[in-house]
Amino acid sequence: MTDSKYEVVIGLEVHTELKTNTKIFCSCSTEFGGEPNTHVCPGCLGMPGVLPVLNKRVVDFAIMAGLALNCQIAEFSKFDRKHYFYPDLPTSYQISQFDQPICKNGYLEIDINGEQKRIGINRIHMEEDASKLVHGGASIATSSYSLVDYNRGGVPLLEIVSEPDIRSPEEARAYLEKLKSILEYTEVSDCKMQEGSLRCDANVSVMPKGSKEFGTRVEIKNLNSFRALKKALEYEVMRHIQALEEGEPLIQETRTWDENKGITLSMRTKEEAHDYRYFPDPDLVPVIISREWVEEIRRNLPELPQARKERFMREYGLPAYDASIITSSKALAEYFDACVALYPEAKTVSNWLMGDLIRSLNAEDQDIRDCRIRPEMLVEMLRLIDNKTISGKIAKTVFEEMFQSGKKPADIVKEKGLVQITDQGEIEAMVDQVIEANPKSVEDFKSGKEKAIGFLVGQVMKLSKGKANPNMVNELLRKKLK
Amino acid sequence: MSLYEKTIHELHGMLIKKEISAEELTKDVLARMDQVEDKVKSFVFREEKEKAIAQAKGVDEKISRGEKVGPLAGIPMAYNDNICTKGIRTTCSSKMLADFVPPYDAFVAEKIGEAQSVFIGKTNMDEFGIGSSTESSFFYPTRNPWNLNLVPGGSGGGAAAAVAADEAVFALGSDILNPAAFCGVVAMKPTYGRVSRYGLAGSTSSLEQVGPVTKDVTDCALVLGAIAGHDPKDSTSAPGDVPRYDEFLTGDIKGMHIGIPKEYFGNEFDPEVKDAVLSAVKKMEELGAHVDEVSLPHTPYVMSAYHVIAAAEASSVLARYEGVRYGYRREDVPDIEALYRTTRTEGFGPAVKRRIILGTYFLSSGQIDVYYKKALQTRTLVKEDFDRAFEKYDLLVSPTCPGTAFPLGTQADDILNGTGLYTVPPCVAGIPAISLPCGLVQGLPVGLQIMGPAFAEEKILNAAFAYQQRGGFPRIKPSLSGEGK
Repeated sequence: MTDSKYEVVIGLEVHTELKTNTKIFCSCSTEFGGEPNTHVCPGCLGMPGVLPVLNKRVVDFAIMAGLALNCQIAEFSKFDRKHYFYPDLPTSYQISQFDQPICKNGYLEIDINGEQKRIGINRIHMEEDASKLVHGGASIATSSYSLVDYNRGGVPLLEIVSEPDIRSPEEARAYLEKLKSILEYTEVSDCKMQEGSLRCDANVSVMPKGSKEFGTRVEIKNLNSFRALKKALEYEVMRHIQALEEGEPLIQETRTWDENKGITLSMRTKEEAHDYRYFPDPDLVPVIISREWVEEIRRNLPELPQARKERFMREYGLPAYDASIITSSKALAEYFDACVALYPEAKTVSNWLMGDLIRSLNAEDQDIRDCRIRPEMLVEMLRLIDNKTISGKIAKTVFEEMFQSGKKPADIVKEKGLVQITDQGEIEAMVDQVIEANPKSVEDFKSGKEKAIGFLVGQVMKLSKGKANPNMVNELLRKKLK
Repeated sequence: MSLYEKTIHELHGMLIKKEISAEELTKDVLARMDQVEDKVKSFVFREEKEKAIAQAKGVDEKISRGEKVGPLAGIPMAYNDNICTKGIRTTCSSKMLADFVPPYDAFVAEKIGEAQSVFIGKTNMDEFGIGSSTESSFFYPTRNPWNLNLVPGGSGGGAAAAVAADEAVFALGSDILNPAAFCGVVAMKPTYGRVSRYGLAGSTSSLEQVGPVTKDVTDCALVLGAIAGHDPKDSTSAPGDVPRYDEFLTGDIKGMHIGIPKEYFGNEFDPEVKDAVLSAVKKMEELGAHVDEVSLPHTPYVMSAYHVIAAAEASSVLARYEGVRYGYRREDVPDIEALYRTTRTEGFGPAVKRRIILGTYFLSSGQIDVYYKKALQTRTLVKEDFDRAFEKYDLLVSPTCPGTAFPLGTQADDILNGTGLYTVPPCVAGIPAISLPCGLVQGLPVGLQIMGPAFAEEKILNAAFAYQQRGGFPRIKPSLSGEGK
């Protein structure tokens, strides 16, 4: 979609809610989905004289994310106030970090067309989330009132700002997927986009290829799914290219993505932008981070996607492609680990995961953590294939049934009578019957057409309702047609 | 001498000896309040008498059961109205919070509650602490007990007037040094971080501290001991133990080195102020202190730095008052913008608005480097002045204010009136300071200010105590009349 005449420049700002038990500056719960205004206190309601006290766990998590994203961890960091009036902000300022963020100069690597590309991370900073507005009507414009739910106000966030190293909507998506995966691995965030615990804004500009100056930059807000990110960027890039082609001016502005209409809409121009009047929060003290603290966290850092991918290739002999897909999600990788611990044929496990399992999860839009097929059940099914109780073909039926009902494979096999036929006599009788009924194919095979045997095997399998052991069928047919 | 005139330590002795009851004492102070409050107008809220008496009876029961009670138990006291009191209106003397009832106690209110003092009311102040005469209060100005035509100082004028007029035995407030000087009582601004700011509904974060307003130095030590200490709910509160301040009151200052900052003299509105302060210094010398002149060269820049920082912080911290969750709200508005605009236009007085507008400007992009950051740099230089001085001197002594109390309605412009010239530097540097009376000039009290290094409150208290004990300013009571100046 990118016109070869133009170069697209994208940078992403990602907000992720941290999985701490309590809010960043008070001891209210961060739990999602409580009754409105039940996780609040005088502090997170901005009442007079109540002071913020930093939750140290937030700093731990920020350091952890910073290390996982190859950042430098600041020795001295501080919090600043960002001022604007809006009912979702009880003090009328958000406590954030301005010029001395906790992490700087990191990167992550994405796979793009089979090649690794490094995307720089400019900074990571800690801040408090705003509250949630519930509008009386369908939208803010048509509402006669709005309600405020302060439960979310003060939930800790990390804002992760990339360098403008991203060159296409596809790369943007790959970056966000990789970032999500890394954040999940470190367990600093749930990264549930549908609950808003991972949110994304994009800065995008388009310039003629080879130009030394970036084009007019537009910020797009509200990109809260991978699909929205890609679609909105594609739309915006197209809008820019069209304007450039037609010599129309673009303005520096903030736009929002309208998911229903599939277009971006102007929110405010540069002239209307807030002056946030950042200054250091005098109610908080600077965060001094000792190198011992950083090293302590580094020692306890969990295995990250790249390391796990390499381990899967090394320990299990998985091809790079398999290892990359399986480790892209922490939960999937853990599922794989659990299976292989019980059943060492790693490639067989990988085939089932990458094929039937991922396909079924995608079809049902299900998270692997909610999957009814637990690792020991999948392994039990693989053992049934190995001991010839079921064929690979029957296994697909068993798998489907397990996925839907969560029943154990042995029970399914028993209930549905799916046990493989390995009785020599029984198979021989069916082979004879097929030879009898298909003289033409028998003739073809005997005259050297190797392909014909496949048809005959298929006929026997059909006759056995798929239960005959395919190897035995093949062997018996060949013996009889010699 | 009536009970209401007495000090905490005198009354405590009488209480534990059962010469008086806390109930009797409380009734006496409440009666005094009834008698003079219409003239002085120190209070914006008076606790119901039955409730105050019930608190006192609780202490009496403990004493009669033979339980040990602390030095503040049963003593009637007041809070300046920017100290949050659970279930009791806390207004900051602003229309914005005229009906605000906090669901929590400030740290200091909790401490005083534990000390079992008898809460009798909340005192008037300049709106949100912005001002130096208590005239910017939304409710009414408080009068100086020494001359009812004069201001009590500010911003915490109500607290000082209440103690001076014997309407409370002690009070807590912030920004109370110049009110103490104007009203002839003792007040201490502790080291920044010594007392928790939790629940202090201030307008600046980095400049304010809560401190005691008392009738003498011993009382000041006792109250400070009760409210100081680390509070996990205030990140800027200092860790570490609190000394028993009253045990340091030996009156021995022999060999102590006292610096007289030369920049703190020569700006007097009245030359007799200087004489009063220097004669107090002379007394300290007679007690064995070594006195020398010292220079704090960045003093001329302190006020500018203070006003920039105070305005910047006020513009930020007061932004929360917008009518959405609590406090004043203008109803019948078309949209949220109008709600903010009209609520803030109507809810804040002119002094507060001026500070918000200035502070917003000082922090705006393009100006922040010129004003706010320069002010912070100046602040560092001011601190370094003090650090250098305290390498050679134990304490610094100066007038608390360049003059005595001025008439109501004459100096509305708090930025230019110079009242804070000497009390602002300790706030900017975060160091402790005490003000105590050192004489009368034309019938009005003059304040002596003693400043010390961070966390050297006990040294300051002892020097003040020494001066007070050995021929210091006698306890003369104000006239509560409109004549004088």
